[in-house]
Amino acid sequence: MKYRIKTWGPGLLLLSPSIVLIGIFVYGMIGATVNVSLTDRHSAQPAENYVGVDNYTDLASDDRFIHSLQNLLILTVVFVVGTLVMGVLWAFLLEKGVTAEGFFRSTYLFPMAVSFVASGVVWRWLLNSAEGENAGGLNALFGMIGLDFLQNPWWSHPDWGMAAMALPAIWQLSGYVMALFLAGFRGVPNELREAARMDGASEFKLYRHVIFPQLSPVALSALIIIGHMSMKMFDLIMAVSGAQYLTEVPAVYMWQTLLANDYAKAAAIAVVLLVVVAVLVVPYLISNARAERQR
Amino acid sequence: MTVETPARPVAGATPPPRRRVDARAGTARTVRYALLIFFVIVVLIPVYVLFVTSFKPASEVGIRGAWALPQDWTFDAWRNAWEALSPSLWRSFAIAIPASIVAAVLGSLNGFVLSRWRFPGADLVFMLFLFGMFIPYQAVMIPLRQLTGDIGLPSGVPTLIVVHIVYGIPICTLIFRGFYSTTIPNELIEAGKVDGSGMLRTYRSLILPLSAPAFVVTLIWQFTSVWNDFLFAIFLSNTRNGPVTIALNALAGGQLTDYSSSMAGALIASFPTLVVYILLGRWFIGGLMAGSLKS
Repeated sequence: MKYRIKTWGPGLLLLSPSIVLIGIFVYGMIGATVNVSLTDRHSAQPAENYVGVDNYTDLASDDRFIHSLQNLLILTVVFVVGTLVMGVLWAFLLEKGVTAEGFFRSTYLFPMAVSFVASGVVWRWLLNSAEGENAGGLNALFGMIGLDFLQNPWWSHPDWGMAAMALPAIWQLSGYVMALFLAGFRGVPNELREAARMDGASEFKLYRHVIFPQLSPVALSALIIIGHMSMKMFDLIMAVSGAQYLTEVPAVYMWQTLLANDYAKAAAIAVVLLVVVAVLVVPYLISNARAERQR
Repeated sequence: MTVETPARPVAGATPPPRRRVDARAGTARTVRYALLIFFVIVVLIPVYVLFVTSFKPASEVGIRGAWALPQDWTFDAWRNAWEALSPSLWRSFAIAIPASIVAAVLGSLNGFVLSRWRFPGADLVFMLFLFGMFIPYQAVMIPLRQLTGDIGLPSGVPTLIVVHIVYGIPICTLIFRGFYSTTIPNELIEAGKVDGSGMLRTYRSLILPLSAPAFVVTLIWQFTSVWNDFLFAIFLSNTRNGPVTIALNALAGGQLTDYSSSMAGALIASFPTLVVYILLGRWFIGGLMAGSLKS
């Protein structure tokens, strides 16, 4: 198709306000953050000198930052695995159509409409670390129903606390993964199922060899969406535990650093976080655009 | 874009199954429903805690009987929470409503250009927009705070409106672009071009009248995410001029948490988005699916 500027020019013009806004507020601001991260602005005063990548090398040897990355890793693994398992299970249970499907679906999905700050209020109560006689929250519930052995200090555990921090996140986003997979299951053509059944495939084999392989693109999207959400996790942690060392992730550390007016270090943490997310998301965006062009 | 109910295979079409198979199918059905109901209960546990605790007097909130119904039902906590949250609740509306409307209008224009009035490089521009929705916003916060201060934008409501419009552009554009490329045939636009219709006339007379479903999805999605935002709010406002998430966090975050008030507060703060979800859930899922880039 031949493009003529008279034809497409107005379109570009109509889009230009948004191009300018995104250009300044996304790319300009990222540039400015990178710029700050290369200076010695460690107080509210303006920067005096460029210090190269010093702030980044400092981070690499900052135990607190390493600790926040370890926390992020545990959180992300548990969060991603948890939502995928629950989401796939729910979608699988609903997939063939059940009575009151709409009710089940809406119930599983509703936590998504609530803010992490609001759900954090109740999860803070549920994840009470006291055990035994003084148990509260979920630990008290376990005590009541005779599952005392399940009692644990939740996010207060020094090594695996972040795994407990993933629980509210799993509660909140499993419904989302379910919705993705439900759409995926239903995208598998009925003829394919019928053909497999005709060939005498058992239900197990049907899922194992016919349906699940068709769902790998859905699984990839879910993985990337949930994974990048986890890397940005801030609200939930602030609401459940507040800003504290035990549950610190880079997003929270950056906020704490900024509160202390260490602009350059805060900027460097933000840039590291951005790069980590970009490594995950950019290939996804590109492959998505390619797939679209081929359609 | 929405999760559709499948055409279920017609049970009567297969020959009458043998009794043993029938029994096994019956067991599978029972297990399926038992699991579905079990998970409904698990998902609703936090809701039970929220409601029950919010009606308890301070004296009953202690450890013993934490899971029991209140012995004296009282509205004290609701009154406290309303007092603490009501000013910020109105500010949340003042932020979310204009930010949703303006972002949706921009999204509609952008989506139209990027799908049906394209220019060379449109796909690249779109991808650059999309990246803006996945970034961790920490990477723009430092210069953003500086800029809004420098141009004299008052902290709180005005700043947050602008910021939510700008960072809402990518998701809104994505939803409309997907909607237009699947529902509006290119031939229709081309026919208009042959007739010599200008771009704006095509948009107004052809596209806009068909856009209602996409506007509903976008407005719901944008309203929910602006309402639930905590990250921009904590960086760009405070308890005196910020939205309800900030006020709720302050109410719930103290050392001696008043759990009945903060849980009543969590319910109050979630009420508008929950109402939207319950009344318009079908459309909410539309935004959800778009967010994963699966159209």
